[in-house]
Amino acid sequence: MHHTKSLSRASRPWKGLPAELSRQSRPARASRAAVERTVHGLFFLCGCLAVASVLFISVYLVASGLPAMLETGVTAFLFGPVWGGKNGPYGILPFLLTSLAGTAGAMLLGVPVGVLTALFLAKAAPERLAVIIRSAVSLLAGIPSVVYGLVGMVVLVPRVQRLFGLASGACLLAAIAVLSVMILPSIINVAETALRAVPKEYEEASLALGATRMETIFRVSLPAARSGIAAAVVLGVGRAVGEAMAVIMVSGNVANLPGLFTPVRFLTTAIASEMNYASTGSLWRQSLYSIGLVLFLFIMLINVCLNVFIKNRKEV
Amino acid sequence: MTDPILRTRGLSLWYGTHQALKSVSLDMPEHQVTALIGPSGCGKSTFLKTLDRMNELVPNVRVEGEALYRGRSIFDPQVDVTWLRRQVGMVFQKPNPFPMSIYDNIAYGPRTHGVRNREKLDAIVEGALTGAAIWDEVKDRLKKSALSLSGGQQQRICIARALAVRPDVLLMDEATSALDPISTSKIEDLITELKRDYTIVIVTHNMQQATRISDRCAFFLQGELVEHGETTKLFSMPEDKRTEDYITGRFG
Repeated sequence: MHHTKSLSRASRPWKGLPAELSRQSRPARASRAAVERTVHGLFFLCGCLAVASVLFISVYLVASGLPAMLETGVTAFLFGPVWGGKNGPYGILPFLLTSLAGTAGAMLLGVPVGVLTALFLAKAAPERLAVIIRSAVSLLAGIPSVVYGLVGMVVLVPRVQRLFGLASGACLLAAIAVLSVMILPSIINVAETALRAVPKEYEEASLALGATRMETIFRVSLPAARSGIAAAVVLGVGRAVGEAMAVIMVSGNVANLPGLFTPVRFLTTAIASEMNYASTGSLWRQSLYSIGLVLFLFIMLINVCLNVFIKNRKEV
Repeated sequence: MTDPILRTRGLSLWYGTHQALKSVSLDMPEHQVTALIGPSGCGKSTFLKTLDRMNELVPNVRVEGEALYRGRSIFDPQVDVTWLRRQVGMVFQKPNPFPMSIYDNIAYGPRTHGVRNREKLDAIVEGALTGAAIWDEVKDRLKKSALSLSGGQQQRICIARALAVRPDVLLMDEATSALDPISTSKIEDLITELKRDYTIVIVTHNMQQATRISDRCAFFLQGELVEHGETTKLFSMPEDKRTEDYITGRFG
């Protein structure tokens, strides 16, 4: 008996399982149920962790960022053109406009390139070429932002300086160039996934009506994937707005109102470059927290806007 | 009988090494409904898709033999495939309207081929929807998404969309197999209407449907065209034993 069992187990291991189960005692079953419940609880706790983190960050940002904003006055804080550092005043208009302009510029360059790359990968590229491009894109995504900053500083900034005859090449334009490359991977990945999800039937119908491949791609595939592509844009915007390290290295880091060739400071880089100097409890430090709050709201707003936009477009 | 509008001679087709069509020669006369019947995998859909060269989308496909549209070889390198597909329209098995408004679905073809004038487009859209017997049902909601319609309505939208480019021939690949009986009978009536203006080739699994709507019938088996001729004759006095077995339901 014993001999047969071990033999059948060795040759067909899955055969052993039902026998084991049926022989299980009542307490063993109860303990299995307990394990089941515990693991379930563990999953639930992990899920809660993410929610709790978001809640905690939101509450913390509001609590620590609101006082300084109220002390300066919300309008004066948001639209004040001068950021005085240690002694005030604390107006973040230069940072706000720079972040807006920098992000818009990066999107202007990055979105068309990213979406067209995604189109090429999903619809037109021969498989071997697509594999090469796709691995290049994932590599691009894996490059740490400080390396982007470094390359931008060493390669891009001097060239911008020479090309446009500037005193310094560290300016908004350099930041836009670096950002637009940095957001490419997220845009390409998400947009490609969306384009691949377009049902083949749509494209067949278009081709059967006598449309060319390009007409089909631009007039059927792209519109059918628009919500996914909008999601790709949101992701890109989020990445561009939130980037600090690469930007601080190429943008000049001066609190100017934005101009293409002006050294500028972003919302993110304002926090990063001054937090170490502002003493605890000072209005200066609190104002930096307020910038964090503004940044947070900014990203929330972008998400909400684009979600609304996507929803409206869906209900044709 | 008028000259056949579509005709194949010794048409063979391979997917990689698998031969899906074996030297098929068939004439499809003008203003008639030709039904292609046969069990699954017999090559009838493949044959249909060869007629508007939609098979070219499949990788590793190879064709030999001849297929003529109004006497012109459709495989001729000088034939523009978009021109061919405008003459030879196609309706698919699963209704596949674009995720756009009803109007934009119908206007897609004409717009692609350069019609921009709003009034012209309006007229084409109304004409195509009327032709597909669905104008009355949708005329008040042309701006609504085509995906909000029922399956049967969606299929008639697809037929209207195909009609809007003013084709000569309409290929229908089991166009009713995903639909309920009422929608099916509406589309069958429509096919009978349409043959006055168009030449129709349909693939069907449903032999009653073939007898109801087709003038001529072609029976395929394992890539081979076993028998073809007038539907009434093919169903009453099949010449080939295999045809008889199939239509009497002995296999397939």
